[in-house]
This record gives sequence, structure tokens and C-alpha cells, in this order.
Amino acid sequence: MIQFQYVRTSTPKAAVDAVSKAQNARFIAGGTNLVDLMKRDIMKPEKLVDINNIPLKGIEQQGNKIVIGALALNSQVADNKLVQEKLPLLSQSLNAGASAQIRNMATVGGNMMQRTRCNYFYDTAMPCNKREPGSGCGALEGFNRMHAIFGTSEKCIAVHPSDMCIALVALDATVVTTGPKGERRIPFSEFHRLPGDNPEKDNNLMENELITAVEIPDNAFTRNVHYLKIRDRASYAFAVVSVAAALHIENNTIKDARLAMGGVSHKPWRLTGAEKALIGKPASEETFRNAANIAMEGAKTFKYNAFKLKLGPNTIVQALKNAAEPV
Amino acid sequence: MGDNHNPDQPENESFAESRRNFLKNSSLLTAIAVTPGVVAKAAENDLGEKIASAFEKVPLKMEINGVKQQLSVEPRVTLLDLLREQLNLTGTKKGCDYGQCGACTVHVNGQRVLSCLSLAVMHEGQKITTIEGLAKGDQLHPMQEAFIKHDGFQCGYCTPGQIMSAIACIREGHAENEADIREFMSGNICRCGAYPNIVDAITEVKNNGQKL
Repeated sequence: MIQFQYVRTSTPKAAVDAVSKAQNARFIAGGTNLVDLMKRDIMKPEKLVDINNIPLKGIEQQGNKIVIGALALNSQVADNKLVQEKLPLLSQSLNAGASAQIRNMATVGGNMMQRTRCNYFYDTAMPCNKREPGSGCGALEGFNRMHAIFGTSEKCIAVHPSDMCIALVALDATVVTTGPKGERRIPFSEFHRLPGDNPEKDNNLMENELITAVEIPDNAFTRNVHYLKIRDRASYAFAVVSVAAALHIENNTIKDARLAMGGVSHKPWRLTGAEKALIGKPASEETFRNAANIAMEGAKTFKYNAFKLKLGPNTIVQALKNAAEPV
Repeated sequence: MGDNHNPDQPENESFAESRRNFLKNSSLLTAIAVTPGVVAKAAENDLGEKIASAFEKVPLKMEINGVKQQLSVEPRVTLLDLLREQLNLTGTKKGCDYGQCGACTVHVNGQRVLSCLSLAVMHEGQKITTIEGLAKGDQLHPMQEAFIKHDGFQCGYCTPGQIMSAIACIREGHAENEADIREFMSGNICRCGAYPNIVDAITEVKNNGQKL
């Protein structure tokens, strides 16, 4: 790890000011991903601005939305009574991610800022346009079993690694930020981006902008929800494919639906076409299968990940079944 | 146990220490060589903020196993390396050093965290408990007793992390049944495969209902 300056700040403004003053500065909260990447010399910030003293840990209902501070820990959110009651899908997704120790360190904002776990991004001996723009993509012709099938580019086929973000994009969350130009709100589906020609950018945050909160509408998805994560071992592994499913069912008819997928794209992948195919239909396997087939339209596979064309829809169907009949 | 020399003062090297300091200094020189930008910025300062320039150690107060410590660390030192290298608390193990194995699990303000993925400077004013802080004199912690009784280890390398994690798992209310325990202990890898016995140890301590 290279040497760096270290600064503690206790207000969002001080943090933004501090990070703005240096060329290559980063905010640090839990550090679970950043410290890992710094140890491997994948990220080399010359200054770290510690934001842990900023009071942004609150989880509360504000009118018709639930507001979660950016520094609330993943474990605090997952175990929070309000979240468990009103946003059980979010709680489930958080508990599917990482380990208990990491969830005690990782924050909501930091979870959103996670970098991909693509092996070629992590291996500094290999080319990677995300780590070193212009160097090429090792995964494109490499071992790409874990890689994306939606929204890829010739520059990058990496996937976004978070579970929490899959639930948040399904639940129509909004990201609140503050930066040199003041506060703004970004719809969750527009926070992360597709790789296109510049995969070095994971998201649409502006320079020196700080995430301060996530707002989630107080919705009808309090009962018929399920986060299903398929991984190579039972726990503590990144998703091969994951699905966040939320249904509002009345008299066995689907009144409203939310569906998103992880492990398939550079950003949390919302399935609006499949949602439309669910609404107004009976909550049956046939309905779910039809929606799952619609969800997979436009998928493009690579040498080792064509299995996701089967695993993807099967995971969607199972997640919807589990949501329709929660245990 | 504490580190008595002041890291800000030039060291009065003993022969035994010299190799270690050579390694420290040479790695520092390497760091200077690869980060020229930092040198210029090291002069930057800001009133009202605690700034540590690139080559300064940061003063750090922590309470470790009930003992107040006044320390001085480079910002890049992890909590794990501080415990092991500076305070000689080598009970906390370095397994993967990348947050994948759980061997380095300690408690910070009563919560289990991975000390390898945490910078020491981020724990100003906090209370750290390591495996060395569990026993009261010769009286082992109930979880330590249970691990011995149920043979919850073979080689023992992951054990300190397993025990710290196990105590927290019960405190958090995530040890209600075997499935729960296995899920919430999944961040602690045991290559020897002592999992069934670890689950038995945790179950027994949970069922005894003692305050941990």
C-alpha cells in the first residue's frame, strides 16, 4: 500500500472540501473494499478523507419515504425494525451479502461504491480497461463465467457486485448526494452506469460528490418479497445470479410488481418489461415463466457464461414463487 | 502490553531491532520513490482538521483489552498489523489479509469486525477486544471452554477469529438454530473443517444463556 495523507472530517461540507483540495483523494467509510484494493495497489489514493464522524447513520420514516443515512452500517439496516417491517426485501438482500463482520463495517454509501470483483480487474498483471483505461479487457476472451450478459461493451463485461443495490433499484430508491455544487437527488436506476467506452467510471457521481442518504418510498411491498441469490457456496460468496422480487397480490392477482437482477450487468439490472408482464395476471408459475422469458430478451453471452441464459430465468421464477408464498 | 518507545522520536536501535527497522525504512523509501505526488502535497495543511501528512505518524488513543493506549501509527497501518506488530498481541491471526477468511476478527465497541480491512487510525477513541482480552486471569471465557470441550478446532489457526465471531453471533441474536449459526458464522473459514464442532460449541454457550 502506498503512503497517503489521512484527514478526519465531521460534516459533509468539510468532507467535500477536504476531498476537493487534493488531486487523487477518496472518502473512506467502512473501508472494506477500498482498503482491500489499496493493499493490492489497484486503487492508490494519495489522500483519504475519513467520513465516519459525520452524523449520517439515521434510519427513519419521513412522510411517505424511509430515509437511510449513507453511513448506516449494512448490519444496522438489515436488523432495523422499521426496515424489516416496511422494506423486508432490503433486509434480505443485505443479509445475503458479505459476512457478519463485513456488514458490521460496510456502510450503505460504501456498498453502492463497491468496485467489481472481476478477476481481471483484481489481477494487476492482466489488462483491464476499468483499472487501466486503454489496456484492454482480459475477461472478453478469458474466463468469463461470472460476467455480464446485459449491457456489455467491447471495453468491459464486468458485473456490479452488490446485493443491496439490486433490492434498492427494484424498490425505486433515490440517492441523495452533496457536492461542490450543492445537494442533488439521483434515481437509483441512474446512479450506476453501463461500461460503454469508459468502464473506469462505475457510476454517475460527479467529482468530489458525497452520498449522504438513500430514500426509499414507503411502498406496498411488505409481505410478498424475496431476494434469491445463487452462488458457488451456501454463504459468503458473490452472486452468480441474484433476483430481487416484490409483488403486491390481491385475490391471487398481481396488482403491482418489482423485479431486478444481479450478477448479469455492470449496473443493478431492473426488469421493467418483465414487471409489466406480471401486472394484472394471476400469481402462477405460468405468469412467472412468461415474465422470466421476457426478462432475458437481449441477453448476450460469452464463452463461459451462456449457462446464465438458463440460470437467470429459473432464478427469476423461483424468486417470484418464493415471493408469492413467503415461508 | 504496550509499545513504550515514542514512534516520533529517532530510535535508539538495539542490534536485535536493526533488521526490522531496516525493513521498515527501506519500504518507506520505496513508497517515496513510487509516489512523488505525495511529497509535494505533504506540506499541505488545514486548520481545524486533523491532517497527517504522508510521512507523519498519527497520534491514536484506543482502549485495547481494557488498557488505555496512547499510540502513534502511520495512516496505512491496519488494525491487525497494529495489534500484532506494535502491541505484540499475536493472538489475532493474519490469514488472507484481504477480508476473505475471518481469522483476524476482533471486537470494536463490542461489534465483530475484520481487523485486516480496517485502518487503525479509523478507531480513534474506540474499545478493541481481542482473543487475549477474553479470559479473566486463569478463568477462560465460556466460549473458549466450549471450543475445548467440543473440539472446535484442529490446527487452531482460525480459532481466535472463530471465538470472537461466535461470541458476537450470540450477542447479535443470530444463533437461534443451526442454520442461523452456520449463516452468520460464514465469514470465518476453517480449512480443517471443524464446523460441526464449532456449531456445537456455540449452541451450548447459547443454551446456557450466560451474558457474554
